[in-house]
Amino acid sequence: MNYILETRALYKEFGAVSAAKDVNVSISKGEVVGVIGSNGAGKTTFINMVTGYLKPSRGEILFNGQSIIGRTPRAITRAGMARSFQVAQLFPELTVLDNLLIALAGAESPFPSLLRPLRNEGRIARADAILGEFSILSWRDSKVTAVPQGVRKLIDIAMALIGDPQMLLLDEPTSGVSAEEKTQLMDTVMQVVSRHQVTVLFVEHDMDVVRRYVSRILAFYSGEVLADGPPQSVLDNARVQELVTGGQRAHKRAKA
Amino acid sequence: MRLDKTELMMLGVAVVLATSGLVAPQWLVFLLTMALAKSLVVQGVVMQMRAGLVTFGQGLYFCIGGYAVGMSGHFLTISDLPTLLLIGVASAVALAMILGLLMTRYREIFFAMLSLAFSMILYGMLVKSPGLGSTDGFNVIAWTLFGWSPASGQAPLALFVIIIAVSAVLAVLLHRYGHSSAGAMCEAIRENEVRVEYLGQSPRWVLYMNYVAAAGVSALGGGFMALAAGHIDPEMAYWITSGEFVFIALLGGTSHVAAPILAAILFAVVRTYAIELVPHSWQMILGVTLLAIIVFLPKGLWSLLSGQARRAKAVEAKA
Amino acid sequence: MLSVYAVLIDGAIYASWLFLVAAGLTVIYGVMRILNMAHGSFYAIGAYAAASLVGWYFNNGVGPVWVGYLMMLGCALAAGLAVGLLIERGLLRFMYGRDEVLMVIITYALLLILEDAMKMVWGVNPYFAYQPYAAMGRSVLAGLKVSNYDLMLVGVSLVIGFALWLWLERTHQGKVLRAVIHDREVAQAMGVNVRRVFTLVFVLGTVLGTLAGALTAPAISVAPGIGVEIIVLAFAVVVIGGMGSIEGAALGALLVGLSRAAAVHYAPQFELFVIYGVMALVLAVRPQGLFGRVLARKI
Repeated sequence: MNYILETRALYKEFGAVSAAKDVNVSISKGEVVGVIGSNGAGKTTFINMVTGYLKPSRGEILFNGQSIIGRTPRAITRAGMARSFQVAQLFPELTVLDNLLIALAGAESPFPSLLRPLRNEGRIARADAILGEFSILSWRDSKVTAVPQGVRKLIDIAMALIGDPQMLLLDEPTSGVSAEEKTQLMDTVMQVVSRHQVTVLFVEHDMDVVRRYVSRILAFYSGEVLADGPPQSVLDNARVQELVTGGQRAHKRAKA
Repeated sequence: MRLDKTELMMLGVAVVLATSGLVAPQWLVFLLTMALAKSLVVQGVVMQMRAGLVTFGQGLYFCIGGYAVGMSGHFLTISDLPTLLLIGVASAVALAMILGLLMTRYREIFFAMLSLAFSMILYGMLVKSPGLGSTDGFNVIAWTLFGWSPASGQAPLALFVIIIAVSAVLAVLLHRYGHSSAGAMCEAIRENEVRVEYLGQSPRWVLYMNYVAAAGVSALGGGFMALAAGHIDPEMAYWITSGEFVFIALLGGTSHVAAPILAAILFAVVRTYAIELVPHSWQMILGVTLLAIIVFLPKGLWSLLSGQARRAKAVEAKA
Repeated sequence: MLSVYAVLIDGAIYASWLFLVAAGLTVIYGVMRILNMAHGSFYAIGAYAAASLVGWYFNNGVGPVWVGYLMMLGCALAAGLAVGLLIERGLLRFMYGRDEVLMVIITYALLLILEDAMKMVWGVNPYFAYQPYAAMGRSVLAGLKVSNYDLMLVGVSLVIGFALWLWLERTHQGKVLRAVIHDREVAQAMGVNVRRVFTLVFVLGTVLGTLAGALTAPAISVAPGIGVEIIVLAFAVVVIGGMGSIEGAALGALLVGLSRAAAVHYAPQFELFVIYGVMALVLAVRPQGLFGRVLARKI
């Protein structure tokens, strides 16, 4: 079976702290996978390792069958895996359009042209197109500093998507956004993403949000994968309820 | 190669400036030539500032450009202007290709201080070289242009026209570079280097190319300065000289390619009077003005610094 | 063989001098994250103050030699306190929180201002206040004549280094300082008056700088430009040792001192070259310096 992403016996230790313990994950092309777990459970560590930002203590990571351990984020991105960030990583003093144009130019070639302009018709058309898909075309010429949080998260994802990656990792795409906006944001994101035919893995805290879009859930706790399977079975899992989602349910009950 | 509005305007101004040289007094032509030579060095500083790096040691390449011209004339009896300048640029680029490997690993403070250190190393070596005149330096021989040797009265004006032409062409090229994908990538690196990596780019590579190119441009300024002043000395690599380039760069700002030229001219004019009136307080005036710019005109500096401040705020916000 | 001893002795003397200069720089950076380019000027101010005062004192034969030494220390302290307080309270405290490179540019502006201020106060001619240096006489060490003043300098730097270390490691104030070094925001959240710490540290750093200058003055010709020469060296020491580490500054000073002494004896033209070569080597193996901490960026 050809998996697009595979991790085998992945471990990460920071001194005495174990951020990842024997993580074995296999993701097939086209899947939409949700990753849940409380803060510090190891979700971001997992994404950081898979994208090359952190080096695992031991274990193996395979992307399209090839080992990517020790490769840099740059190389991994060029291989076809893109990501977005918990705190949107943008170019604050540049316009939204420029942010996307740079992302596009970056995807086109590892060696940016020294004389040919960044702005050309083809690139601008593609950037406008993706901005339109995310319904944020009106922010095109604003500086990122003037743009609200929700829009910034979308730009962050758009920048990852504009390079036509095979796999997209979204680290808490709705974090920092108000509860009312969360669903709408996620709706937009998943609609666009599904049109682009990418394999998606996203980290999310809100169970309702997760349930709507995924065919599979990975539940992390204390660096280990507690459960891995279809949404209902994972969410019904007793240990998952006890260690991961339990708190949320109680919180929701209290609110109601 | 079609030229856009800005480029056409700059070329136009260059032509006007060059013709005005025919009627302007000698001392003004001389002052402007020196200012233009300095502006070329400042272009190199600005190139790096756009990428978020402040260099306190651009005097290194300024000095190399000048000494290459002086030494080629003195020891190799080369007098052809283009050849001399080319030797200067080539020498600077060669050194920058080596130093760049180290320099591009560092940012912010480390980069600033390392650049200072390397220029001071050259200064120290030159000062301790009696063969090169040590602190006195030595004179630069008269230049020729493809065999044509200007009469003593003609040379300053001829050099003036040449340096305007070269500055104009360079301004057009730098304008293009600034708007190119690489130029945009430099700004992106300044704004958020980690994101640039995640776009499949190598910040080190982009910064390396930028660093080497900036060295070449600054060496051109050094070469012209040597030819215009007719003299070179180790002061060219001294920290005070490098500081002046940083000052002019901050004065003009990094947003337009003509800014260093205007700032350099302004600086030259003010300096001439200040040195006359208060020779031992010139550094102090510079220092106070620099503080004033930082406190009251942060916009000019904002594009330089926004990247790091944002990064710091982002980390704080996350924590 | 004599040459090797010469290198070792010269190296140790130079290292102790370097440590005195670098200690202030690294402490200020460690706590405040400000790389003070004007630190060289503090050194120069200390040197000028000592040289002019001591020179006047001995030239007028006013009193006994030991008072001359006291004066040196006294004016270093006074100059350091005055300049440090003036700059920290008068300028820097309005600039905290700004970008690190901006702070470097600000301290660079300070350097420009102070260099000319010194010219205005003391003129451009060099000062020679050799009396304290000569008065101590010489000893013979390993067959070489060594000035006792230089040996005293080694002693003083050891004492100061130890005192600093003791203060940082064993006293309550020291712990507070280390907390601020480690994480300014957390320290503040726990009730540390960071502002006051900053003032204290900056003045401490300044005094260390002026002290280094005052102590060195009798051994050199005090003239414009000495400040800038040493900032370049002090920076190398601090980088090798790791920014903010006293132990690092000591080790860095030793490395630089010895390599510089070797260069001076065998290839004087490459003095700075050798020093920065050592720095480049250390950085290539350990980019954060020998005792430096790596600050990873969280994303």
